[in-house]
Amino acid sequence: MASLLKLVAQRIALGLLLLLAVSVLIFVGTQILPGDVAQSILGQSATPQALANLREQLGLNDPAYVRYFHWLWGMLHGDMGTALSNGQDIATSLSGRLKNTLFLAFWAAIVSVPLAIILGLIAVRHKNGFVDKLISGLTLASISLPEFFIGYLLIYFVAVQMQWFPSVSTVYDSMSFLERMKAIALPAATLTLVVLAHMMRMTRAAILNVMQSAYIETAELKGLTPFEIIRRHAFPNAIAPIVNVVMLNLAYLVVGVVVVEVIFVYPGMGQYLVDHVAKRDVPVVQACGLIFAAVYIGLNIIADITAIVSNPRLRHPK
Amino acid sequence: MDRLASQSTGASEKLLDIRNLKIEATVYPPGEAPRNIVIVDGVSVSLERGKVLGLIGESGAGKSTIGLSSMGYGRGGVRITGGEVILNGRDILKGGKGGLRALRGREVCYVAQSAAAAFNPAHRLMKQVVEASLKHGVSSRAEAEKRAVNLFRKLSLPDPENIGKRFPHQVSGGQLQRVMTAMALCSEPDLIVFDEPTTALDVTTQIDVLAAIKEAIRDTGVAALYITHDLAVVAQVADEIAVLRHGKLVEWGDTRQIITQPTQEYTSQLVSVHEIAHEEHAPGKAAALSVKNVTAAYGGGTIKVLKNVSVEIPAGQTLAVVGESGSGKSTLGRAITGLLPPLEGSITFGGRTLPGRLADRSKEDLRQLQMIYQMADVAMNPRQTVGTIIGRPLEFYFGLRGRERDKRVAELLDKIEMGKGFVDRYPAELSGGQKQRVCIARALAAKPSLIICDEVTSALDPLVAHGILQLLLELQKEEQVAYLFITHDLATVKAIADSIAVMYRGEIVRYGPKSKVLTPPFDAYTDLLLSSVPEMEVGWLEKAIAGRRMESAGN
Repeated sequence: MASLLKLVAQRIALGLLLLLAVSVLIFVGTQILPGDVAQSILGQSATPQALANLREQLGLNDPAYVRYFHWLWGMLHGDMGTALSNGQDIATSLSGRLKNTLFLAFWAAIVSVPLAIILGLIAVRHKNGFVDKLISGLTLASISLPEFFIGYLLIYFVAVQMQWFPSVSTVYDSMSFLERMKAIALPAATLTLVVLAHMMRMTRAAILNVMQSAYIETAELKGLTPFEIIRRHAFPNAIAPIVNVVMLNLAYLVVGVVVVEVIFVYPGMGQYLVDHVAKRDVPVVQACGLIFAAVYIGLNIIADITAIVSNPRLRHPK
Repeated sequence: MDRLASQSTGASEKLLDIRNLKIEATVYPPGEAPRNIVIVDGVSVSLERGKVLGLIGESGAGKSTIGLSSMGYGRGGVRITGGEVILNGRDILKGGKGGLRALRGREVCYVAQSAAAAFNPAHRLMKQVVEASLKHGVSSRAEAEKRAVNLFRKLSLPDPENIGKRFPHQVSGGQLQRVMTAMALCSEPDLIVFDEPTTALDVTTQIDVLAAIKEAIRDTGVAALYITHDLAVVAQVADEIAVLRHGKLVEWGDTRQIITQPTQEYTSQLVSVHEIAHEEHAPGKAAALSVKNVTAAYGGGTIKVLKNVSVEIPAGQTLAVVGESGSGKSTLGRAITGLLPPLEGSITFGGRTLPGRLADRSKEDLRQLQMIYQMADVAMNPRQTVGTIIGRPLEFYFGLRGRERDKRVAELLDKIEMGKGFVDRYPAELSGGQKQRVCIARALAAKPSLIICDEVTSALDPLVAHGILQLLLELQKEEQVAYLFITHDLATVKAIADSIAVMYRGEIVRYGPKSKVLTPPFDAYTDLLLSSVPEMEVGWLEKAIAGRRMESAGN
C-alpha cells in the first residue's frame, strides 16, 4: 500500500512540475511576441513620456524573470491581472466563462463516455458482425466530419426543421437549470459525436486484446454468456487504456471546444480566448493558456493514477 | 452429494461416451490458400462414472482437443464436424449454445495447464472459484464459499480460510494449480478435464499437486479426463489410458496393461525409457570457463539471487546446472553472458578474466560464448529465413559473404541433420524440434568454445527432445564445444552431463562429477529432487510421498 501511495504522490509531483514548466513556456512565448504592451494600450499617438510612465507602472522595465515570478505569484493567489483591452479583472470575467465551459463539457462527457463504452462492449460482443460494423461505421463517419459541419447539420435539422432546440446557445445567469440544458443540447450533442468514435474504438480494441487471454477461456468454460465474460472478465483488465483515451477526450471537451462554442455562440472559455488573441490581450491569453494546461495535465494525472490503481499487482503487492 | 448423475437414466453406466469424433480446423499457412486439416479422426473413447481416463500423446496428437470436446468447446478455429459426444445420456453437440453453456462449469469443469494464466488477474481467487456455482445456481454464495474453503483444505493449501482473499499474483504456481482444481470441484461436476495440470510446474511441486489432485478425485468421486504427454505422470492417477497419435486412437486399455504390456509399437516406444548412454569424461585440466565466488543481485543489490557461486567447465565437456524455478540457475547463465554483471567474484574464460558488463566485452569474447534458449520460436526473427538466421553470425564474426557464406550455412544445416531445402523457410514453417535445431546451428556458426543451453529441451516432446540431446552430444564430439546445461529435468542431466551442480535458493548445494553427484548419500535437497522424478510404475506416487525428507520450496 505504501508503495502505491508513493507512486501516486510521484505522479502528482511530476504533474505539478510539468505545470510549472508549461507556465514558463507560456510566459516566454507571450514575451517574445513582437509589440509593446504599453504601446498597444495607449495607441500610436501616445507621447514618449506617457509610454515611459505606463511601462514603469506595469513593471515592464523589470527583468523578465522578475516579471515571471510576479505573474506566477499572482496566478497562485488567483490574481490573474487585468485585461488590457477593457481593463476588467481577468479572474472575474474568466470564472463565469470557465463555469460555462465546464458545464457544457460535463454534460457532453456524461452522455458520451458511458455511450462510447457501452457501444464498445456491444461491438466486441458482435465482433466482425453487422452490428460491430454498423457501430464502427457510424462513429467513424461522425469523427470524420469536421465538427463545424456536424454543428451546422444539427442546427439545420434539429433547430431549423424540427425546431426542438434553439440554434443559439446563449446562456445567462438568470436561466433555470432546464432552460440551460435546453440551450446546450445541440453543442453537447455535437461534442458527443466528435469524441465518441475515439473512445468507442479504443474500448473495443482494448477489450479484444484482453479477450485473447487464457482466463477468458476459463470464463467461457464456466458457462458464462458472452456479455458476462466481456463485462466481468475482460473489461476490468482493459480499464487502463480505456481511461487514458477517455481522459484525453475529456481534456478535448474543455480545451478544444473553440469551434463549437463559436458556432453556437456559447459564452465559454474558447470564445473568450479567441476574442482576446485577436485583440492581442496578452494577460488574458496567458491566463487561459495556464488554465487549459492545468486541465490537460490534471486529467492525464487522473488517467495515470487510475491505471496504477486498477492494477491489482500494484494495489496488492505480494 | 446431489449430483445430476443420479437423475440420469440408469440404463448406461457410462458418464461420457465419445463416438467416432471428428474435429477439423482451417489453417492459414503463409503464402498459401487456407485449407482444412483434420485434427481428430474417428476417435471413440468412453468413461465410467468416478473413473479417470488418461489421454496421452505428443503435441499435435489431439488430446487437448478431445478433452475440450467433452464440453463442446473448440479452441481457436477448431470445429467438431462429426461423431457424437454423449454425456449423461444425451448428445451434447445437439444441445445448441445454451445447452453447452448449461453444462460447462456444471457437469464438466476444466483445469488448465497454466493456472497462472487461467485466473483473471483482476479478481480475488474466491470470487472466481465460486463463480460457476453461482452462475448455475448450484448453491448460495455462502454455501459455495464454505465448500471452497473445505476444498482448499483438502488440497492442502496453506491458510485455507483466507487464501481465497488473495489475488492470483499473490499465490505461487503450484498453489494456483490446486486452487484451480478446487475451482473445478466447487460446482460438484460429474467430470473434470485436467489439461496437463502439472506440466508447467517444477518436478518437486508437481508431485505435491499430483498427490492433491489424486486425493481430491478419490474423495469426491468425480470422473476425470487427465491429459498429459508424460506417461509416468498419468500412470499415477489414471484407471485407464488412451494413447493418441496424429489425431487417431492408437491404443486404449487398463493403466497397468498399457505400461507393462503395450500391444502397439508406438505405445511401447513411449513406454520404453530412452536412456542416452553417455560416458562421463574425467575432469580435464584446462577449464574453458571458471566462475569464482560470483554473487549477483537484482534491484540494485537488494535481492540476491546468486550467492558465492563457483563452478568450472573443462573444455569440451558439459556441466549441468539443476534446480527448481527461482533457484538462480538461469541467473547464473545471465551473469556469465554479462547480461547481469556480478556484484562480486570473477568469471575467467579461456584463461582471461571477462569484464562483468556485456558492453565492455570484445567481439571475440562474444563469439566464444553463445546461447540457446528454451523458446526457440521467440529466439528467432519470424521475418527472416533460416538461411539469414544462421548466416548472420557468419557475417558478423567472420565477415563471410555471398557464396562462401551460403556454403557454410549449408554445412551447418547438414550438421543439424536438416537438408538444404530449409534455407529459404521461415521459422513459422518449422516444427518445434526443427526450430531448436536452427538455434543450435546459429550458435555453432560462431564456432564458440562454450554454449549456454537454457532449458533447451523443456518445451519439446520427449521423443523430439531425445533427438536434440543426441545431436548436441554428437556436435560436442565433433566441435569440442563445452556446454553449460541449465535444466530442471533430471533425466536430461543423466543423459548428457559430465559434471553436475545442484542449485537451491541461489547457492550450490552439491557439485562434482556426475557419477559422484548421483550416488548416495544425498543431501536432503538432492534427494528431494531425485525422488520427485515420476517413474513409470503404478503406486510410485504414494511411495515417493511417504519417503520424502523435506518439503519442496514451491509448497
